[in-house]
Amino acid sequence: MSDTIIKVEGLGKQYRLGQIGTGALSHDINRAWHLLRGKEDPYLKVGEVNDRTMKGGSDLVWALKDINFDVKRGEAIGIIGKNGAGKSTLLKILSQITSPTVGEIKVKGRIAALLEVGTGFHPELTGRENIFLNGAILGMTKAEIRRKLDEIIAFSGVEKYVDTPAKRYSSGMMVRLGFAVAAHLEPEILIVDEVLAVGDAEFQKKAIGKMKEVSEAGERTVLFVSHNMASVKSLCSKGIVLSNGSISFSGGVDESVNAYLKDGNDEGMTEYKVLSDDRSAVSAEVEVVSVGIKAHGKEYGDSMRMDEELELTVTYNKKKKGFRLDSTIQVKDNSGNYLFVCTTASADAETNENAEGLMENKLLLPKNFFNADTFYINLLMVIDERAVAVKLNDVLSFTIMNKQLKIGAWMGKGVAPLKPDFKWEITKK
Amino acid sequence: MNGTTDKDEFDLIIKPRQSMLSIDFKGLWRYRDLLMLFVKRDFVATYKQTVLGPLWFLIQPILTTVTFYIIGSIANIPTDGIPPVLFYMAGIILWNYYADCLTKTSETFTANAAIFGKVYFPRLIVPVSIVVSNFVRFSIQFVLFLAFWLYFYFFKGAVLHMNTVALLFPVLLLLMAGHGLAMGIIISSLTTKYRDLKFLVTFGVQLLMYATPVIYPLSSVSDKYKGLMLLNPMASIIECFKYGFLGVGFFSPAYLLYSLISLILILFIGVVLFNKIEKSFMDTI
Repeated sequence: MSDTIIKVEGLGKQYRLGQIGTGALSHDINRAWHLLRGKEDPYLKVGEVNDRTMKGGSDLVWALKDINFDVKRGEAIGIIGKNGAGKSTLLKILSQITSPTVGEIKVKGRIAALLEVGTGFHPELTGRENIFLNGAILGMTKAEIRRKLDEIIAFSGVEKYVDTPAKRYSSGMMVRLGFAVAAHLEPEILIVDEVLAVGDAEFQKKAIGKMKEVSEAGERTVLFVSHNMASVKSLCSKGIVLSNGSISFSGGVDESVNAYLKDGNDEGMTEYKVLSDDRSAVSAEVEVVSVGIKAHGKEYGDSMRMDEELELTVTYNKKKKGFRLDSTIQVKDNSGNYLFVCTTASADAETNENAEGLMENKLLLPKNFFNADTFYINLLMVIDERAVAVKLNDVLSFTIMNKQLKIGAWMGKGVAPLKPDFKWEITKK
Repeated sequence: MNGTTDKDEFDLIIKPRQSMLSIDFKGLWRYRDLLMLFVKRDFVATYKQTVLGPLWFLIQPILTTVTFYIIGSIANIPTDGIPPVLFYMAGIILWNYYADCLTKTSETFTANAAIFGKVYFPRLIVPVSIVVSNFVRFSIQFVLFLAFWLYFYFFKGAVLHMNTVALLFPVLLLLMAGHGLAMGIIISSLTTKYRDLKFLVTFGVQLLMYATPVIYPLSSVSDKYKGLMLLNPMASIIECFKYGFLGVGFFSPAYLLYSLISLILILFIGVVLFNKIEKSFMDTI
């Protein structure tokens, strides 16, 4: 059975960087002049890669390039990638908000895109009026909305305020109402951006449940874009990984999530680094060869989950005998705050002083200690507990994923970077 | 996968550039409920939290008429023997319809960028809904005009030669709405790239009013400029309306035909531009 419902072929989208508008008229005239003489567009340079860390030669850049994929009926596909990888651009093209520069997409059936909840809500209109307006904007007919009105109002949980102008609503109520309308759309293809990241836990549970229901019915195809790997995993069966505007991986959802994490997490640093070329990793006494962090018993590049033990390895070359060499790591959270320091100073002194040559220090970090977040590590090689021979700032960054969640469990970001599993004693009094 | 059967089954093909002239009538029809909801929204939202509410539809033209009445009597502007109040009101409600259609539609892209950036629906729905909601407003004002007409005819004994040309009224309305819409969508398309136009529109429309025989009759213009003035397609429309309802003015089928042809031309340019911008404006706005 191969009932293809979306077919994307050679899709590409080009954007102009810098200030749009200034110089637009002169560019337009220049472009028209070139085209008039039958020459090619001087601002369309094909073949440039979109990497936001690299400055391109032209101020036009391909946000998406050579995108090809098929989606079959009833599939739920997660689209993942770093910031700026082209996810939103792809969604915008799919939902016809903007058109591609090259390539085409063929679609069977009606598409509804949910890039935002409550689009077009008017503050002066009542909740009920806004349901009709928002529903119509999303492509429902009046009759369709009228038929589902009671259901929508019940789902939103704002029955009491449905005849009050929307400007008196709290932002949470707006979101609820907006999602309630969107959840009752009945298109063949539903495109969802990270709208589920809003609202309180109770509402998220409801929303995810509804989404799951929709895709599991089998008739509806869902394209889901998110940074939250847990929600992607729980909702989708397949994944597409975007990287610098092209598809770097597509396949099953677990492999896709792994491929995404291997591709480098949000900051683009790998979990394993060879430092032999790095001059700051070398001093008269020591040369750090590599550092790495991975889940215990897994490979480098595999995902690391909260409920897995982590293994940090430092490989170094101790050039001389006769002094003590300790490795110290400083662990920082996403905003650069120091969380804790951990050193080998307490480990076996004798072997340390007499050692020479290639050495490996391994640190085991307990499971259920880090929260799902991104962390940074500084590495210090310290001589005789006083002099720093090598200091490597942010030598590693790694991202911990949420453990497998139950469907409907809260998927937001935790407030604290650490979530150690200290022992609670629960007794009945 | 097998690529043999699915070639002709796809309902929608998203491509870089569709034909510039294709108006998505099917889409417009499918979203007709949205059109009516936009019209309703405009009405409900405009006069919420006002004491007089929809009465403002009537107060506005009356106040403007009073203003011109005062200016007219000071400056001694002729009204072809028609009671000035009636003469000014006829010009004002007509011109307001055109001007409102133009200025409101000219903001289509900039004012709706937030919605357009999140959801797709045929963009033409928005300018069309503006023309429709202004039409409702115009109808109310037209009833006011008729009331004044009857008052002056029966109680003041004014000489008003209403004639069969008045039957052209629906055509005049269509021409006016069309011109407003066409100019509006041209300007709205250009504003996405060149914001400068935004500042010119209100000023330009006001200036255009004085270049159109709205508050003075065409007959008061010297022959030298008459031809020039009639190049403005709105001139013959307004004169024709006055001729039909008040019995004074300039009625020429040739110039009405000119209005129609220029409308088709401007609308053509407007639709081409609008279709082009619709596809790309999210990247430029």
